[in-house]
Amino acid sequence: MTEDDLRGMIEQVRRGKLTRRAFTGRMIALGLTAPLAAQMLTYSGVAKAQETFIYKPTKRGGGGALKTLWWQAPTLLNPHFAVGTKDQDSSRVFYEPLATWGPDGDLVPLLAAEIPSLDNGGVAKDGMSVTWKLKQGVAWHDGKPFTADDCVFNWAYASDPATAATTIGSYKDVKVAKVDDHTIRVDFPKPTPFWADAFVGVNGMIIPKHLFEAYKGDKSRDAPANLSPVGTGPYTFVAFKPGDLVQGKLNANYHMPNRPYFDTIEVKGGGDAVSAARAVLQTGEYDFAWNMQVEDEILKRLEASGKGHVAIVASGNIEHIQLNNTDPNKEVDGERSSIKTKHPFLTDPAVRNALNLVVDKASVHQYIYGRTGIDTANFVNAPEKFVSHNTHYEFAVAKAIKLLDDAGWKPGADGVREKDGVKLHAVYQTSINAPRQKTQEIVKQACQKAGISIEIKSVTASVFFSSDVANPDTYSHFYCDIQMYTTTMSQPDPGIFMRQFMTSEVATRANKWQGRNITRWQNADYDKLHDDSDHELDPVKRAAMFIAMDDMVIKDVVVIPVVTRPSVSAVGASMRVPLSGWDSNFYALQDWYRDA
Amino acid sequence: MSRYLIRRILIAVPSLLGISLVLFAVLALAPGDPFSELATNPAIPPSVQAALRAKFGLDDPIAVRYLHWLTAMVHGDWGFSFVSRVNVDTLILQRLPVTLAVIGASQVLALLVALPVGVYAATKPYSAFDQIASTLAFIGFALPTFFTGLVFILIFSIQLNWLPFVFRSDLGSTGFAWLWEEIRQSIMPVLVLGLFQGATWTRFVRSAMLDVIRLDYVTTARSKGLPESGVVLKHIVRNALIPVVTLIALQMPVVFGGAIITEQIFRVPGIGSLLISAILANDTPVIMAVTFVFACLVILFNLIADLLYGWLDPRISYR
Repeated sequence: MTEDDLRGMIEQVRRGKLTRRAFTGRMIALGLTAPLAAQMLTYSGVAKAQETFIYKPTKRGGGGALKTLWWQAPTLLNPHFAVGTKDQDSSRVFYEPLATWGPDGDLVPLLAAEIPSLDNGGVAKDGMSVTWKLKQGVAWHDGKPFTADDCVFNWAYASDPATAATTIGSYKDVKVAKVDDHTIRVDFPKPTPFWADAFVGVNGMIIPKHLFEAYKGDKSRDAPANLSPVGTGPYTFVAFKPGDLVQGKLNANYHMPNRPYFDTIEVKGGGDAVSAARAVLQTGEYDFAWNMQVEDEILKRLEASGKGHVAIVASGNIEHIQLNNTDPNKEVDGERSSIKTKHPFLTDPAVRNALNLVVDKASVHQYIYGRTGIDTANFVNAPEKFVSHNTHYEFAVAKAIKLLDDAGWKPGADGVREKDGVKLHAVYQTSINAPRQKTQEIVKQACQKAGISIEIKSVTASVFFSSDVANPDTYSHFYCDIQMYTTTMSQPDPGIFMRQFMTSEVATRANKWQGRNITRWQNADYDKLHDDSDHELDPVKRAAMFIAMDDMVIKDVVVIPVVTRPSVSAVGASMRVPLSGWDSNFYALQDWYRDA
Repeated sequence: MSRYLIRRILIAVPSLLGISLVLFAVLALAPGDPFSELATNPAIPPSVQAALRAKFGLDDPIAVRYLHWLTAMVHGDWGFSFVSRVNVDTLILQRLPVTLAVIGASQVLALLVALPVGVYAATKPYSAFDQIASTLAFIGFALPTFFTGLVFILIFSIQLNWLPFVFRSDLGSTGFAWLWEEIRQSIMPVLVLGLFQGATWTRFVRSAMLDVIRLDYVTTARSKGLPESGVVLKHIVRNALIPVVTLIALQMPVVFGGAIITEQIFRVPGIGSLLISAILANDTPVIMAVTFVFACLVILFNLIADLLYGWLDPRISYR
């Protein structure tokens, strides 16, 4: 897909021949994110789609209690310290960003008066800055007005390394200046095509300056407001027990009319996913449960009681198989899988393509993940009608056998293929998790038929995903031939995501295996394309670059995508809950209501 | 007596030091990292994680980290959780009331079941009552709590819909409504834990009783024409209780330690669930504090048990 094709499609959207959603779906299938697709349309002057969610209540409050379950308990309520989704979501009950990402990747203003664009002059033509106009008349829960000073403070707070904020990545490279009381300007050090990072989404929640000013830097841990948040959100703080319970009650001065609907909110943590699903789907004791990592079969059985249903929202999480480009069995300067080595057989394109052919994704989807994991040729599952020549996959053992035969890999006495004394014997590792072990079995069996011997290895998740420099079993050491795990693409811009294939990001001993390029694949063309995309201001041209990068990765079989993992929640039958795969679960908490 | 106490306390100090050293070393050697969740999120630069590790002193050598922890602990500073950045003592105090209420109630229930049933079964060995009690006791401690917990949930919450299975630490009601709700949500966890413990103790009380009941002085007491109830309560039970007291005293620290599995099943926010989530998140300060408090309590209750012997059996003296 070239830039011209993209422009043609955008034109179709403008003329109404292609729906916005279908366009977004196709872009996602090409490895882009929904926010980038939406950005392309906005840039090309296609008006924003109508919100499909309709908020019915005509007055504030009166909805009773909203009870939600997070089986990983929230541990802190300062969004700048959030370690995982659980913390981001529970902070989001009280705090709000300037704008959030809707399900189709559209920016929805929250504390901003409007979304900056080229047309309204918010986005600078040279890409060096973006100007946000803040909503007026917004008050913190304690009555103090929300102003530009708060935004500037959040930048100073998060970008100070001594604060130890987990949001530092969104703030450290930008400069934020106050223009007037309700306008701020974010200045970038270089032309930046993707400007909606600071103050947007989960990293963009804004904390009040008047309560945190004295606790910037080293003293950040001592702020009393860390445990009793004062935000601008639809619910005000009542109580918090770390690792157990967050409680809030209706904010009578909320800045949107008729919202929120519920009088109180409760985020209960702990327990396990199955019993959380039960409490919503089977007994109706709770209204919403987060992240249903439960076998689809069980979910279907629980749904049969009619007390609730499962809500599935597309997101960018993808379960994929990585092929090692370096030799995991040869030690160079105290390091295995060193980039100074070459993998004995996985660097042969024939072997890589053969492996791609023997992964039976359809079975993995059908028999293991069900609705919670959809087979994919590419980064994200395409809509049904979409068939593209550059993103297809097939399961064809016979083809794989022919490929290997032609490349000179002949079966040995034990049925395992070999060439020049190198045997096709690979160690395949993943974390311990029932669906992953089943997937390993499926792949192993197909590989055996094709004459590739697979040795399965499973590592405890806490070890596999740790950043322990001394432990050889972490995913980033990659001391084996093949490995599989899920990587998240929930961040709105593919730029960061695609960085994981760049030469500069290779995980090595020198960078304590913190580089993002785990497969150690190196390609100068790819690097150049990615560098260019960093400065390309035209989102359509930039999208074409990302698609080209994606094609390179897929063509070289750097990774084998297996299934996409949409976000799955359990929702009570009468609950009306807008959800987005690109932002917090509570991205539109103010709109949640119960239908009579 | 006081010399004995002082000596015991002095012995406790090196054992506590040893325990803390072993705990710390095991935790430091275990794999994992409190910030591993950040590692798999490509939106967060690796430098953030490295900075956090450096800030919280995770990159220092183990010996240095241990000395830091020890000096802080001696000064009464328990440190703060890496995950929630809250002081550890606050976290523990928050969990204590629920733990004491739920686990305490279950231990009381266990005692209320074990003492009368065990005593009565021993006075009439191999009677129908004894047979039934023994059978139930065997079933009781053969079934693990995670199994009975799930069975209770399936029967009482899902089939009958009588009781809630998500424990809420803040019910939002007051007065009798609060008490009623509190009882309703506590019934299942208390029963699961109490019956399991009670089953074990019943067997123990029974066999302790049988050991004493055959002794000569019991026969003498009976032949003096004392009433049977007096013989059982004054002569048999008091002497049979010595091993039982040891067992119960050693069980008391568990009341503070919580019950990890049961707390997880019913989402009881007790110390057990604090410990398990801290372990899963590699939150060293919290794990250290909880396990260390636990170690202190074990040593303390051992001492209390020894002192109780003297009260139960005046022949025992302290030297």
